[in-house]
This record gives sequence, structure tokens and C-alpha cells, in this order.
Amino acid sequence: MSTPKATDLGGRALDFVMGVVEAPINGFERLMGRKRMPYLFLAPNLILFGIFTFLPIAIAVGYAFTGGTGLFVSERPFVGFDNFRQLLQCEDYLRPGSCRESLFWTAVWNTLWFVGFNVAATLLVALVTALILNRAMAARGFFRAMFFYPVLLSPVVIGLIWKWFLDRNGLLNAFLQMLGVPPEIFLLDVGWSRFFVVVVSVWFHMGFYTLILLAGLQAIPKDLYEAASIDAASPRRTLFRITLPLLGPNLLVVLILLMIRSVQIFDEAWVLTNGGGPGTANSFIVQYIYQMAFGSDLRLFGLASAASVLMGLVLLALTLIQLRLGRKMES
Amino acid sequence: MSQGLSPIAFLTRTRRRGRIGVTDILSWAWLILGTLAVLVPVVWAGLSSFKPAAEITRFPPTLLPRAAVQQTVPGFDAPLSLWTVDVDGQRREMAMVRRIGLKAQMIDPSNPGPPVSVDVKNIAPVQRLTIATENYTDPLTRFDFLTFLQNSVFVTFVATLLTLVVNALAAFALSKYRFRGEKAIFVLIISTLMIPLTVVMVPAYLVVVGVGLVDSLWGIIIPTVASPTGVFLLRQYMLTIPDELIEAARVDAASEFRIFWRIVLPLTAPALAVLAIFSVLWRWNDFLWPLIVLSSRENFTLQVGLNAFQGEFSVQWNYILAMTFLSLAPVTVVFLFLQKYITTGIAGTGMK
Repeated sequence: MSTPKATDLGGRALDFVMGVVEAPINGFERLMGRKRMPYLFLAPNLILFGIFTFLPIAIAVGYAFTGGTGLFVSERPFVGFDNFRQLLQCEDYLRPGSCRESLFWTAVWNTLWFVGFNVAATLLVALVTALILNRAMAARGFFRAMFFYPVLLSPVVIGLIWKWFLDRNGLLNAFLQMLGVPPEIFLLDVGWSRFFVVVVSVWFHMGFYTLILLAGLQAIPKDLYEAASIDAASPRRTLFRITLPLLGPNLLVVLILLMIRSVQIFDEAWVLTNGGGPGTANSFIVQYIYQMAFGSDLRLFGLASAASVLMGLVLLALTLIQLRLGRKMES
Repeated sequence: MSQGLSPIAFLTRTRRRGRIGVTDILSWAWLILGTLAVLVPVVWAGLSSFKPAAEITRFPPTLLPRAAVQQTVPGFDAPLSLWTVDVDGQRREMAMVRRIGLKAQMIDPSNPGPPVSVDVKNIAPVQRLTIATENYTDPLTRFDFLTFLQNSVFVTFVATLLTLVVNALAAFALSKYRFRGEKAIFVLIISTLMIPLTVVMVPAYLVVVGVGLVDSLWGIIIPTVASPTGVFLLRQYMLTIPDELIEAARVDAASEFRIFWRIVLPLTAPALAVLAIFSVLWRWNDFLWPLIVLSSRENFTLQVGLNAFQGEFSVQWNYILAMTFLSLAPVTVVFLFLQKYITTGIAGTGMK
């Protein structure tokens, strides 16, 4: 409103562009009839999906059966199940060192441990926060926004902020020194670095799950709580007999969603731990795929695709469970 | 609701009037600790980003950005550092000429006479609050961060614009027409929600190489334009627009595209706004895909550039933190103003 000239000019420019775009589209309509228009409107979307989503899936499966370092299918020899054999050949799966692809199995075990701790910790923190925020609480909006804020940050930013916080000269060490504890280089210690990868992940994502659980809690009918208070039920009894059972389906959905996302841990851990360090203590499956395909000059696309296919199968199984649960919830 | 409450009443309000239970105390403790846990690392990084290079590695660190004060003294070429000196029970500000072992030679900067020898135990550096703006200006002028910033802005803007147009067109077709294969196409689009980038990143890279978009900004814009979440969100919203409006326009001989452009799109504005906010956040923060596709430095986005920079200059935390803040600031501003849309949008669709 304050600059009518600028908006007018912008509007006219937009009208001009649309006039140019409109002419061929209207031509198509006159030629093919109105009934065919939805196909034209869908075309850009479907073409992009076809090229950048469905074609890659087809290629992924195909590439997993080829070897060599060539880029295109024509340059790549067919090797059958060799890539899968290389990934899965192992004397003792519990000791990655005894496997042919020891890096892969290190990554698998690191990922499994991470998923276990991360899912448990995130679920617990998000559930407690959602339960507290669901009480008739002053400043609920403020706290909800506060916990949600990290969700919007970039993984690189989060990795760097925490790297600085945990630095040898960082705030955590300064705080520990005040308590008389000697400083520690947390990210160079195997145990501490793994611990903080989980902490950072919970810090990053808990706000998202809190929001979903809070929406679930607010959908529980209020009269159930009134009935409970008339019966003088204790708060603990109300929690275990009303709140948690009715929240059950939401909890399951959050659980599966968390698992699907935890399996794919990469960005923030990669930045925080300088690419999976110390050593391979924080190297996860996605990092393995990334390094096999793009890291240094390896370019082992076949092996990386085979690992992607294996991870994809696990994620697919989790997704199907999620869909099945969703359908159960609706019925 | 909380209007007209005194701050004390606001803070001490409980569920049951007049009684503060253990649960209330624990709840507040949890929320306040949680808020601190969110804020402290971010604020700490923010404060550190204003510290001069010499101060940032000081341990134990000071909270606020401070720096030693220097002053030019007649008779000396280089500026001298200022110290508070305790001489004979008097406290004075003096400039240090040189330091020999445990003795420091100090002179009065306003009245330079012969230097006084003072025990180093009795002196402390004078520090003042300083904001090291060079942490922000140096990376933008001397390093490539201006390029990274321009690339990020370009990608975010163009990709968001294309995302809105392409997905709105598809949503229009899927909500306002009956045609063969409608349901199958909808299911097909929604099913791509289940395919994470991490699973298809290797072949998606090969496709991008194949179509000649590797190491170009278009290589990160175009593959991410078609969004199943976007189609779903817009379609659900367009379903609420009455079909009578469209029929009326057809009676007036409006073309189908004109109906989309003049009637449906303006009415979808709220949903478009939500999708635009998300699209901006996705693109601005995106890391793994640009990391794979972009290889030359002049094409890096802010996130990829930041990651590369911290690998090369890992000791220059003052620059790294300043650029981290540069990347975080727009997101924070967007969140402060649009917090309500974002949280309700996520609660409504479960997307992120």
C-alpha cells in the first residue's frame, strides 16, 4: 500500500509474464479439449518425479549388481550378487574387524546403538515435555516455541554450535573447571563423542516430536479427566489409565518415525565429529554410503548402491509397519 | 488470558489456586532447564562470534566479548597495551613498554617519563567491551562467503518460487478435475514421501550427471522442486474451495489456466504461505544434497561453504562462528514472526 507504484509495476510485470505463459496453454486447451487439461497441469510435477525420484530407484537396484568405477551403466560390468556378498560376508557379525567390509559393519553397529539410545532418549524427553505443556500452563506457547526453535536450524549450524560448546576452551569445560573437574576434549573421546552425538540429536529434534505428542494429548476428550477427578483418581492413576493408553497410537507413530529418521543420521553428526571421528566411533551407514560413492576417489557406486538397497529395505519395512498402524488407528 | 496479570501472579499461577504442589515445581524446573539447554549453546556461540581472534581461545573464557585496550604513546612506534597497576596502594592505568621476567616496565601514557619497574603480580590488563565486526566483514570480503551467501539466496528464492508453481498446478489438477488415473497418480505422488534422499542419493547423483546439471546451482534446485508434501498440503486446501466458483468462471468462458491463476491460486494463499515458509527453510538449511552435487567452490551454498571452511580453518573459530550466525539469523527472524504458522502447520500435516 505504501508504494503503490512498485506493486503496480510488479503486478503489470506478472500479468505480462502470465500472458506469455497463458497463450500456449490456452492453445493446448482449444486443441485437446478441457478434459485433457489436468494431465497438462500434472505434467511438470510428474516429469520431475519420474526423472529425479523413480528413475533413481530403478537405477539403484540396477547399479547394486554392477561393479567397476564407471559412471554410466554401459561402462559397468554385471557382477551379480558380488556387492551384496562383499557387504554381508562375515565370520562374526559382532566383530566388524572379522568382516570383509569391516567399515560397513562398524557403521551398522554404530547406527544400531545410536538408534537405540536416540529413540529412547528423544521419546522420553518429548513425552515428558508434552505432558507438562499439556497441563493448564501459563506461557505454554512460549515454551512450545522455545523447544521447537532448534528444529528449524540447519544441521551444519547445529554441529558447529555444539562443537564450539564442547571445545577444549568451550563453555562446558569452563563450567566443569568451576566445579574443579579437569577439562576434557569431549569430541576426541570415543565414549563422550558418542554420548554427545545422541545429546545433540535429542536437542535438535525433540521439539518436533513434542509438537506431535502435544497435538495427540489435546485430542483426548476433556470429560474423561472430569470423570476421573469426580472419582478422585490420583494423578498417577489418571496418567497410566487415561492419558498414556489414549496416547498409545500417537506414541507408536512417533516411535516408528523416530526410528526411520534415526537410521538415516548423517548431517549433524558428520559436522560435529569431523566426519565420524574419533577414528570410526561415529561413522554411520549413510556416511558409509557417502564415502564409498563420493568420498576421496573411491567412486564405488556398486557397493554404495548395494548398501543403499539394504538400508532402503529396512526403512521400507519400518514404513509399512507405520502404515499398518495408521490404518489400525483409523478403524 | 494472561492479560492484566501481575508478573508475580503469572509466575506463581498453578492449577489449583493457592497450592503449589511438587508436580508444579518439577514441571517448572523441567521447562526452565530445557529452555536454558536450548538457549545456552546458541547464545554462547553468538557472544563468541563477536570476540576478537586473540580473545576467543582464552580459557577460562569471559562471557562478553572483550579485548585488551591499546593506546599510542608519544615516543613509541607501536601502540602499547594498557594495564591497571597497583603502586604503593594506589591504582593507576599505565602502558606496558616491555616485560622482563617477573618485572614489567610501565609508563604513564598521558605523561610519559622514565619507565617504572613493577612486579607482574600487581598488574592486570585493562579490557573493554569490544565487538569484533571484522569477524563478519573479513569472511565476506577476504574469503568466499559473499559468493556462498548469494548462491544460497538464489537457490532458496528460485526453488521456492518453482516449488509453489509446480505443486500448485498438480494440486489443482488433483482437486478440481475428475479424470482417468486420478487416484493412481495421487497415490504415486504421495508414495514418494516414503523414499528418503539417503537411499537414492547415489543414483540421483548419476541422473543429475546424466542430465548435465552436476556442479551447478540448477542441479540442487530442479530435483527438489516436485514435493509430495507440497502437493498434499495444497490439494487438501484446494478441496475446500467450492466448485461452483469454477463452474461460474467456465460459464464466463474463462480458460482453465485463467481459472487456476485468477481464482484458485489467490484463494489458496494461506496454504501457499505455509508451503513457502517450509520451502525456504528446507532450501536454506539443505546440506547433504548440495554437498554431493556441488564440487567447485564458486558454486557452494552457505551450508556447504561453512562445512568446507571449518575443515580448512578449524582454528579460526571467530570467523566460523560469525558465519554460523549469519546463516542462523534469517531462520531465527522467520521463526520469531511466523512461529504460529510453522507450529500449527507441522501439527496439522506432520511434515518437517
